Amino acid sequence: MEEHAGKENAEFNAGELIMGHIADEHGWHIAGDLSIPLPVIIYDTQRGLHLFSSARFEHGHAAHDGYRLHEGSIVAVDANGQVDEAATGNIWDFSITKNVASIFLVMLILLLVFTSVARAYGKRAGKAPKGLQSLLEPIILFVRDDVAKSAIGPKYMRFMPYLLTIFFVIFLANVSGLVPIFPFGANLTGNIAITFTLAVFTFVVVTLNGNRNYWQHIFAMPGVPKWVLIILTPVEVLGIFLKPFVLMIRLFANMAAGHIIALSFFSLIFVFGATSAAVGYGVSVVSLAFTIFMTVLDLLISFIQAYVFTFLSALYIGAALEEHHEHKESIV
Amino acid sequence: MLLASLVQPAFGLIFWMTLSFGIVFFLLAKFAWKPILNALHERERSIEDAIGEAKKAREEVAAMKASNEDLLREARAERDLMLKEARDIRDKEIADAKGRAKAEGDALLARAREDIRNEKNAAITEMKNQVGELSIQVAERILREKLGDKAAQQALLDKVLKESDIRLS
Repeated sequence: MEEHAGKENAEFNAGELIMGHIADEHGWHIAGDLSIPLPVIIYDTQRGLHLFSSARFEHGHAAHDGYRLHEGSIVAVDANGQVDEAATGNIWDFSITKNVASIFLVMLILLLVFTSVARAYGKRAGKAPKGLQSLLEPIILFVRDDVAKSAIGPKYMRFMPYLLTIFFVIFLANVSGLVPIFPFGANLTGNIAITFTLAVFTFVVVTLNGNRNYWQHIFAMPGVPKWVLIILTPVEVLGIFLKPFVLMIRLFANMAAGHIIALSFFSLIFVFGATSAAVGYGVSVVSLAFTIFMTVLDLLISFIQAYVFTFLSALYIGAALEEHHEHKESIV
Repeated sequence: MLLASLVQPAFGLIFWMTLSFGIVFFLLAKFAWKPILNALHERERSIEDAIGEAKKAREEVAAMKASNEDLLREARAERDLMLKEARDIRDKEIADAKGRAKAEGDALLARAREDIRNEKNAAITEMKNQVGELSIQVAERILREKLGDKAAQQALLDKVLKESDIRLS
C-alpha cells in the first residue's frame, strides 16, 4: 500500500489504485491517511486464536505477534521479519475485513428495512402501500410474478424467501459498491468470495430440491442410447456444477468490470495530470462525465445482475422440480 | 497487488458471508418475507373478493330491476284487466237497464193500447145502446103523436133515421 506512504513523491500507478479499491483490505481506508482499523481474527493451527486491531499492522509496515500484511493478505513472519511460508499455511484468516464489515452493514440494512416494511404490512393490512413499502412492493411483486412464478411454476411460494433474499442482498450489495462514500463503496459483489458463496447457496437449494426426474435426466437421460450416455452423463454432471459456477463468474465479472472501468476513467485525470496540470484539468471534465455515465450504467447493471442471478437461480430450481418429460433447453 | 488475488476467493470472506447470509435469510424469511407475502396474498384475495362481490351486487340489482319491471308490467296488466271488466260490467248494466226500460215501456204502451181499445169498444157498445134507446123513444113519440097520418109517420121515420145514420157513421 505504497500510496499511503510516500504519497507526495510516488509516481501515480493507476493499476495499483484500481486494484486497491477493488480488493478487500484489513482496515477500512477512507481518504488520505484516514483509515478505520478493523478487528483481525486469526486462527493458527499451531498457535491458536489471535485477535487484535488491524492498526497494529500499520498498513503493512509492521509485524504484530509474528504476523504481518503482505500484498493484502496476512502472512506469518519469522524473527527476522522474513515471510515464513510453512507457518503461513497454518493461518486461517477470519478477520473482519472491509468487505466483511460491508456485508454486515448490508445485511443490517436489509434486516431493518424489511422488518419495518413487514411491520407496515401488519399495521396497514388490506390498505394501499405507503412510503418505503410502496417503493419495495413493486420489486417484491416483480420477483414473485416475473421471476418465481414464471420460472418455477406452481410450487414457487416455497422458494420466494430464498429468491427475495438473494435478490435484495445482491442488489443492495451492488448499489452499496457504487456509493463512493464511507460506509459504502466496498466492492462486495465484485469479489469472487461473495459471488462464490451466493452461487453455492443456489447450488445447495437446487440440489436439495432435485426430484427423480431431474436426477434421471442427469444420470440416465431418457430416450438416449446407452453408449451416448457415456458421453452425456459426464457432461450433465459437469453441468450441475457449471451452472452455479457461471452464476458466480457472471456477477463477479460484471461488477468488478464496472468498478474497474469507472475507476479507470477516474485515473485518467491523474495520469494526464502527471504530465501537465492543465491537461489534467482538461481531461477531468471528460473523465468525470464518463465516470458519471459509468456509475449510472452500473446502477442499471446492479439491478440487471441481481435480476439475472435471481432469475437463473429460479430457473435452475424450476428445472430441478420439473415433472414433465418435455425437454427444456438448459440455460447456462 | 496481483490480479490473481482478484479471482482467489478469500476463506474468511466466504465464512462470514455464509454465516451472515444464513442468519439474514433465516431472519428475513421468518420476520419479513412471510408476513409481507402473506399480506400481499391476503390483499390480492380481498381485492378479488371485493370485485366479485361488486359484480354480484350489480347482477342482483339488475335482477331486482328486472323483477320490478315484471311486477310493474303485471300490475299494469291487472289494472287494465280490471278497468276493462269494470267497463264491461257498466256497459252490460246500462244495456240491461235500457232493455228493462224498453220492455217496461212497451208493456205500458201495450196496456194503454188495450185500455184504449176496451174503452172504445165500451163506448161503441154504449152508443149502440143509446141509439137503440133513442130509436125506441122516437118510435114511442111517433107512435104516441103522429100515428094518425100515415104519410107523416113515414116522413118522420125517414128523417130520424137519416139523422141518426149520419151521426153514427
